[in-house]
Amino acid sequence: MSNDSILGCDFDMTELHGLFFDEATEHLDAMEALLLGIDPATADEEQLNAIFRAAHSIKGGAATFGFKDITELTHEMETVFDRVRKGHMPLSTELVDAFLASGDMLKSMLSATKGDGTAVDTTEVTALCVRLRVFLDPAAANAPPAQAVATVPAANAKPFLELVFGPLDKTFNAASVDSVVADLKDFGAVEEIFAPSPEASAKGGHRKKKALLERRFRIATEVSAADLSDAIAFMADPERVKVVIPPAAAEAIAAPTAPVAEPTAPDDSSFGLFVDSATLPVNQPQPAEAKKSVGKVVEIKSAAKPAAVQGGADATSIRVSVEKVDQLINLVGELVITQAMLAQTASKADPVLYESLLNGLATLEGNTRELQEASMSIRMMPMSVAFSRFPRVVRDVAAKLGKEVDLITSGEGTELDKGLIERIVDPLTHLVRNSLDHGLEMPDDRVAKGKTRKGTITLRAYHQGGAIVIEVSDDGRGLHRSKILSKAKERGLNVSDAMSDSEVWQLIFEAGFSTAEVVTDVSGRGVGMDVVRRNIQALGGRVEIHSTTDVGTRISIKLPLTLAILDGMSVRVGKEVFILPLSYICESLLPADIKLRTIVGRGQVISVRGEYLPVISLADAFGMRGQAEKQGQGIIVILEAEGGKTAVLVDELVGQHQVVIKSLETNYRKVPGISGATIMGDGRVAMIVDVAHVVSLANSRVEKVA
Amino acid sequence: MAKTILAVDDSASIRKMVNFTLKGAGYNVVEAVDGQDGLERAKAQNVNLVLTDQNMPRMDGLTLIRALRNMPNYKNVPILVLTTESSAEMKVQGRAAGATGWMVKPFAPQGLVDIVKKVIG
Repeated sequence: MSNDSILGCDFDMTELHGLFFDEATEHLDAMEALLLGIDPATADEEQLNAIFRAAHSIKGGAATFGFKDITELTHEMETVFDRVRKGHMPLSTELVDAFLASGDMLKSMLSATKGDGTAVDTTEVTALCVRLRVFLDPAAANAPPAQAVATVPAANAKPFLELVFGPLDKTFNAASVDSVVADLKDFGAVEEIFAPSPEASAKGGHRKKKALLERRFRIATEVSAADLSDAIAFMADPERVKVVIPPAAAEAIAAPTAPVAEPTAPDDSSFGLFVDSATLPVNQPQPAEAKKSVGKVVEIKSAAKPAAVQGGADATSIRVSVEKVDQLINLVGELVITQAMLAQTASKADPVLYESLLNGLATLEGNTRELQEASMSIRMMPMSVAFSRFPRVVRDVAAKLGKEVDLITSGEGTELDKGLIERIVDPLTHLVRNSLDHGLEMPDDRVAKGKTRKGTITLRAYHQGGAIVIEVSDDGRGLHRSKILSKAKERGLNVSDAMSDSEVWQLIFEAGFSTAEVVTDVSGRGVGMDVVRRNIQALGGRVEIHSTTDVGTRISIKLPLTLAILDGMSVRVGKEVFILPLSYICESLLPADIKLRTIVGRGQVISVRGEYLPVISLADAFGMRGQAEKQGQGIIVILEAEGGKTAVLVDELVGQHQVVIKSLETNYRKVPGISGATIMGDGRVAMIVDVAHVVSLANSRVEKVA
Repeated sequence: MAKTILAVDDSASIRKMVNFTLKGAGYNVVEAVDGQDGLERAKAQNVNLVLTDQNMPRMDGLTLIRALRNMPNYKNVPILVLTTESSAEMKVQGRAAGATGWMVKPFAPQGLVDIVKKVIG
């Protein structure tokens, strides 16, 4: 066995640190979910153990990798929670709050350690440590925060030295070691880091092993190794005690350790191993604190337990970087295009002559589709990833507003592309905050209306066709139609009293629109809803609002399952082919069936079943020459976007395809009215139409006729 | 033949750290994610040394040690507990369960190698 290959070339610290950050984040999320779900009065042992384990695991990792500040804070958390889980101390709401605050702090500490520019205020960390320590001993509030740290020296906390006592025998036994160690306490905190068990060795097989005859200690001290050796020389045989400067984790290619002399027979009776030199912890039960009821009660209900809580299930999964997955999906996308090209070429071949080739191509098509689905599924994550943060948001916001809320989530198992999940969280948070602030009434007002004191906010996710729908609904006061209309008029928006409800509701998405009389800390600054809509549209999604006075408001977000593939209708305009996202299309009509009317100076409108819709020619919109310019030619496609319907005139419907989206922005530049491009089966590039943009463009030119 | 060490820890970063460190010193390392997994892996293949954490989901380190000590193959195999738990109380429990030694995290890689070498050569 060679000693010099330790920590060889494949020992990548950054990779290990990355693993630790991921792990710690998972533990923190799990801990937060548990803390939010916990009822201090009825918390069971399993829940308490899980919370303890989360703090403990983070501490273990942080200590190993030398993140001192994280170690300190988690140590405090662990100590407090250890008492709680052993029943020495009651779990209180204050304690849960302190833990939640600590969790938040740990998150920023992790980000700071990762080096993403987050700054952590160390005084706040110290304050949190003190806040936690107060639970153990109310007098600790005034105590200096140093003592707890000393018991867990982090790798780079204070300089520390290691002491190796051994070999032990009858003359120099465990008791002698203990007395030396007791004297060393003047130099700094001493902790035993390796203690062999006499019984285990006595069972045979390994009684000759040298390791079993030595004890190792760590001493946190500023004193140099040489000075410490000199000091020890007065207390014990220097031959039996070695002072070792522990190698830093990164430069651990240390010299081989000096051979230890062959031991004599162990003296079991005096082999006081395992007994820590430190005094036994006094597990004095805290006097049961009178449970203070927090002003407002927030209860979090969840249809399913957060998946992260069940730890240890990752045995059969591997971590892969997102870039690798994206590269795979991209390559599969290319394969799909190539396959489509081959299929198109082969369709012209004689089926009799090329039978086996065509059979092969058919198999290829099936395999390609399956490969595509399988690789897409890698990026899919359950909605619980996004939903899991809401219990916390609801709890905090409701407490701030003095409202009582139940949060119900359902459909956490519904899967969505990882990229979409990450980008949907912010808009969802806005909607939930809005529901809490504007939607739900104060508890007393609710009772006056004959409703339950406690409001309900429901988060729901489900599949609908090829899309996922995420709903945020509340049982609050509903949107106020006349208020919105008057506000819109005040802001000079073009509105009329005859507008349909859904058109009125869409007004709240206008920039700077807020009907809240009082600007609160939570919402009401009028920024937000327009950003929400813009973000969702950028994801290829749509927002719909349903609201009934005093019954509640439901906001549904409809998103494509993935950002990489789009269900589209290809349409021809002149010589070009465009893709219209299928989710916007209501129907298509031959304009011969209906009449196009021109309103002077305002463009064309079309009457569809008594409803007049503005008509846009896609050719005009993109400054091209289409064949459908003459009335009676081409096809009308009715699109639903921006809260209303719009008719789009194209030359021909080519067909319905699943298209692989290629970004135009990264390969060329952003083009107004175009959201991306795709490569068709015949190798041609087709532009994907940004329907919302084209429609709003048309609306600015063509006034809608009621 | 290189000796095999079973490293049981629910934290992937610690497992990897132990794995890299001991592999570098010429040992085979088998990883297990918790006590239950560790027990199954110990049943599936005989190992020369078990390194286990204490606090883990499903099955903790001491329960694992007790279970191993009840298996004829593992009566005398050294088992080291590698944990952040440093209370004397826990160490006494560890000794009772049949642990060969108790190491406190954080550990320096070289220190771990030293101890492992002394225990199994």
